[in-house]
Amino acid sequence: MSVLVYTESEGGKFKKAAFEVASYAKEVANMLGTTVTAVSVNGGDSSELGTYGVDKVLEVKGDKLSTFSAKAYADVIKQAAEKEGAKVVVVSSTADSKFLAPLLAVNLNAGYASNVVALPESASPFKVKRTAFTNKAFNVTEMSTDVKIIGLSNNAFGLKENSGAASSEAFEPSLSDEDFEVQVTAVDKATDKVSIADADIVVSGGRGLKGPENWGMIEDLAGVLGAATACSKPVSDMGWRPHSEHVGQTGKPVATNLYIAIGVSGAIQHLAGINASKVKVVINNDPEAPFFKAADYGIVGDAFEVVPKLIEKLKEFKSNNA
Amino acid sequence: MKILVCISHVPDTTSKINFTDGDTKFDTNGVQFVINPNDEFGLTRAMWFKEKQGASVDVVNVGGPETEPTLRKALAIGADNAIRVNTEATDGFYVAKQLAKVVQDGGYDLVIGGRESIDYNGGMVPGMVAALTGANFVNTCIGLEVDGDTVTAVREIDGGKETSTTKLPLIVGGQKGLVEESDLRIPNMRGIMMARKKPLTVVEPIDADHETKAVQFEKPAPKGQVKLVSPDNVQELIDLLHNEAKAI
Repeated sequence: MSVLVYTESEGGKFKKAAFEVASYAKEVANMLGTTVTAVSVNGGDSSELGTYGVDKVLEVKGDKLSTFSAKAYADVIKQAAEKEGAKVVVVSSTADSKFLAPLLAVNLNAGYASNVVALPESASPFKVKRTAFTNKAFNVTEMSTDVKIIGLSNNAFGLKENSGAASSEAFEPSLSDEDFEVQVTAVDKATDKVSIADADIVVSGGRGLKGPENWGMIEDLAGVLGAATACSKPVSDMGWRPHSEHVGQTGKPVATNLYIAIGVSGAIQHLAGINASKVKVVINNDPEAPFFKAADYGIVGDAFEVVPKLIEKLKEFKSNNA
Repeated sequence: MKILVCISHVPDTTSKINFTDGDTKFDTNGVQFVINPNDEFGLTRAMWFKEKQGASVDVVNVGGPETEPTLRKALAIGADNAIRVNTEATDGFYVAKQLAKVVQDGGYDLVIGGRESIDYNGGMVPGMVAALTGANFVNTCIGLEVDGDTVTAVREIDGGKETSTTKLPLIVGGQKGLVEESDLRIPNMRGIMMARKKPLTVVEPIDADHETKAVQFEKPAPKGQVKLVSPDNVQELIDLLHNEAKAI
């Protein structure tokens, strides 16, 4: 009957998103008067999950699952859900979780609500609030299936510590060859950079920066803040920056704690993509740029003068607050 | 190779979003509808397979008669046949079950949908169709090559990309990267004329449960006034972000 949560890990360590979905699952379990079971695949130290309210961890280990396979992972979670009799399954919004969730939904004949931003509004009928129209709106979705899958938006709920301790047990799901028919042959991932999905802070540049050769200061600013770098659609279309940095309606959604936009005018599609970020800052020399209507803080000024000063002052701030 | 491209009929990305009937329905008044951008990248890649590898390309939409102009546009871009499943697309699982039937009846080798539609952003239909039909599945696909029945697919992952190999039949959740923005095609007059004569078949839906339902909509709370800081005093911005916003 417990709430099942899939706690994702990378390189044997739980991701921040894993702790967030665990925190969320704990509160859902409280609402439903039950406990939280996590399922982890080659995951980290299970006691860490206890800190975020997990009561029991089903630990799946094995070389076969050392590279991600959506079908195999969905199969693992399905078998864990059945073992636990879970009626609610919580996953995150990482690329991998969004990949496996629809497969899991069919496996469990469960309704699936993605991009959920808050605790269920009611348990009966089961209603959750999610974003729609790429953050231009929210909708409340009623789920009528026996089993429900909730895909929680990154950074929507935050981390909530609990005093509990998690017990752990080995879990050995049965997997078939069919689970591995999509075989990963190469992973190309910059390990020295923060990804947009994992970042607390994102620094983004637009056409106002005039050319790819001027991205050094964006990288520097991101470096001081431990931030990920991003860009607007025209910048990626012109090939100044890779597609993977394009944020907005047809690019990546960004739901971060702090979003700093430099030389980005703020087209409606861009603003939709970053709307779920908590604090927004804009630096632009055009006071009429639409971004100023969407931002919390703004500087009307030349980015080429403002950003270097900001980097310098932030370095001082960081060394004083280290 | 038989390709099916799933087309969502969605509001243009510049649309202002409003609701009617006590915020229970999307207000279509004054809204221009287009092919879902993620689907359009897939359709354009399908055209490439048609032209370079001799594939046939059908398009399908689950929706009412009002979605037909969007299907005609896909035909004008170059698809051969269109299919419309005549029912309202309100729930991802329900739509996936309708599409799975079309996929099985048509014996398609490759089905390309969008990573998500830009209206409900469910991000579930392609994966569900794959699970329902037993086909392989690659999501957030940004590169796709087919040689015989062997597929090489590139997927966007958090902070990078991942290459995998698999076999047809395959379902893809596509996005920008499958083709470049500059590869997208605007239908020409000849294409539009030809599209009028191409078959658009309407099929009735199969019985299936609705698993989820959007019961209420709301818009984000209006934003407060931006706090402006002088470009000569960036320290003030740092202080505000630290003390007031608690963001650094």
